[in-house]
Amino acid sequence: MPLTMTTKRRLVTAALLAPASAWLFVFLVLPFIAMLVFSVGERGPAGGYQAAFTFAQYANLPARSAAYWNTLMLAPAGAFLCLLVAYPTAYYLAVKASPRHRLLLVSLVVVPFWTSLLVRTYAWMYILGSRGIPNLLDMIGIADVRLLNTPGAVLLGIVYGYLPLMIMPIYVSLEKLDRRLLEASADLGAKPLSTFFSVTLPLSLPGVMTGVALVTILLLGEYLIPQLLGGGKVFFIGNALVDLFLQSRNWPFGSAIAVTLVAIVVVVLTVAMRIAWRISGTRQVDLV
Amino acid sequence: MTSAPTNDIEFRSVTKRYGAVTAVSDINLSVPKGAFVALLGPSGCGKTTCLRMIGGFEQPSEGEVLIAGKVANGVPAYRRPVNMVFQHYALFPHFDVERNVAYGLRQLRPRLPAAEIARRVGEALEMVRLTGFARRRIHEMSGGQQQRVALARALVNKPSVLLLDEPLAALDKKLRTAMQIELQTLQRDLGITFVLVTHDQEEALSMSDLVCVMSAGRIRQLATPQEVYDRPADLFVADFVGKTNRFAGTLETGGTVRLGNGAALPAARADLAPGAVTVALRPEAIRLSRGTAGATTLEGTVTHRIFLGSAAEYSVAVDGLGDLLVTAERHSQSQNDLVAPGERVAISFDPGQTHIFPA
Repeated sequence: MPLTMTTKRRLVTAALLAPASAWLFVFLVLPFIAMLVFSVGERGPAGGYQAAFTFAQYANLPARSAAYWNTLMLAPAGAFLCLLVAYPTAYYLAVKASPRHRLLLVSLVVVPFWTSLLVRTYAWMYILGSRGIPNLLDMIGIADVRLLNTPGAVLLGIVYGYLPLMIMPIYVSLEKLDRRLLEASADLGAKPLSTFFSVTLPLSLPGVMTGVALVTILLLGEYLIPQLLGGGKVFFIGNALVDLFLQSRNWPFGSAIAVTLVAIVVVVLTVAMRIAWRISGTRQVDLV
Repeated sequence: MTSAPTNDIEFRSVTKRYGAVTAVSDINLSVPKGAFVALLGPSGCGKTTCLRMIGGFEQPSEGEVLIAGKVANGVPAYRRPVNMVFQHYALFPHFDVERNVAYGLRQLRPRLPAAEIARRVGEALEMVRLTGFARRRIHEMSGGQQQRVALARALVNKPSVLLLDEPLAALDKKLRTAMQIELQTLQRDLGITFVLVTHDQEEALSMSDLVCVMSAGRIRQLATPQEVYDRPADLFVADFVGKTNRFAGTLETGGTVRLGNGAALPAARADLAPGAVTVALRPEAIRLSRGTAGATTLEGTVTHRIFLGSAAEYSVAVDGLGDLLVTAERHSQSQNDLVAPGERVAISFDPGQTHIFPA
């Protein structure tokens, strides 16, 4: 029986999407379902999971409020700091840098990714630790400065580690901004600053939103930076999860925390995208 | 310096270079107040660069650009009393029609009252017949409507000069013709100087009072459309504006041009030195008649005929000269009015209609 064109096209579509779909189903959807099931269960006597149906784990969430507090404060704050540093950089790269140097400069943004974040964060641990900057300050008479294991250290690590992820989407949206719109704005009497706030910034908002959403979402699950630079004093949900699953082996409680985290991410993402669409008047939002 | 400048735009020996490339070279141009001027030329001739120097997006490398009698060199675009309709319109995609049109008015300091802005935006939209579209987003508008928004956005600021960069290029033919009439009417009603950049000679001829034909960064001719067509300044203008037949010949002392096949033409130009010349002749200046004629006329065979309805275009292989394009109006609907391919024809024209240029 000959296949019709539509059937053929559908088969091709299915074939193209099958590997990714299967992968996501096995390694994302199934584990998430498992996590949902665990989160309404009970901790077994020797740890792990024991079947039950109770919302006790969710009721117990306030016990980890410090982790939530740190995460929900420092993740957006870190993303915002990243934005403050990234926007001028991206603007320079996309608008001001000469096209000849642009490629080189943009690739420099990505160079830090050639070294593992772990190694780079370790370096910061040393720099901020007692033998680093505090030691130097001590030599010029400013004693007892503590940098490591503070929220500031975690924020610094966040901005350092996530800056490229913020720069890239903003750069992309600024780079494809139609230069004639800027000329049109000037032609209509807008001074450069006015053009920036009326045209450039609103039209680069999809990139800004993408960057903020991307960095915030990754930060909500951050483990490494608070672990190394927060040293157990400034810990994130990610650190709480490691603790619950690996140390106290309380899988149901850990699952409840993880499910709540996913719910928060979904809400943040949806709201951010809605705002970006509304302001930019388009539905093209890159990434995520 | 002059209290009431008669020229809205003036170029004084303006040259623009990009690195080693000279885009505009030593241009002098005066655009009288209230004129509709078309800068016409092939792409890369420097016409857009000239427009952008008026708009303030490019600065001349040498010479001066004057707007309303004042030197505008170094004055940024946002301080110039000119507005531009951009190619592809450059409308702000994140604003609705009203915000786009109000954009220029919102930049004024001291601020205009909101009611005043609303009133003037309303008037501008009415002028381009878009009343009722104020709340539309730009991507919800057709190409023709976007064109009108761009016009309203520029004209609402009451500029002394309106610059139009290939404004009709993106429209289909029917809409283009309608917009040509509309632009012309608008310009007459408002009395604002319009400077139009186009590569379309028909557009330039049909709309403007003055046509400035450019090529390779220089002005070849600045004249009324009729003059540009009827008395082209050089071979380039003759070729670029309208269709033209060209043949090589030799200007002999005594005022005759000897063509390649030996035929002689009385030369209309006595100012040229004897030597090699090119003779240009419009297709519609030529008459075809069946059979052979007197000794001074040329003869040939019709090779192609393109029927255009009210007229017909013929390609005629002229004995000893080559191909000639002839446009003949039809005078009746009889079949006899058309000459068929293969027929022998005599070719005649008024020697006064020829243009003779040094080769």
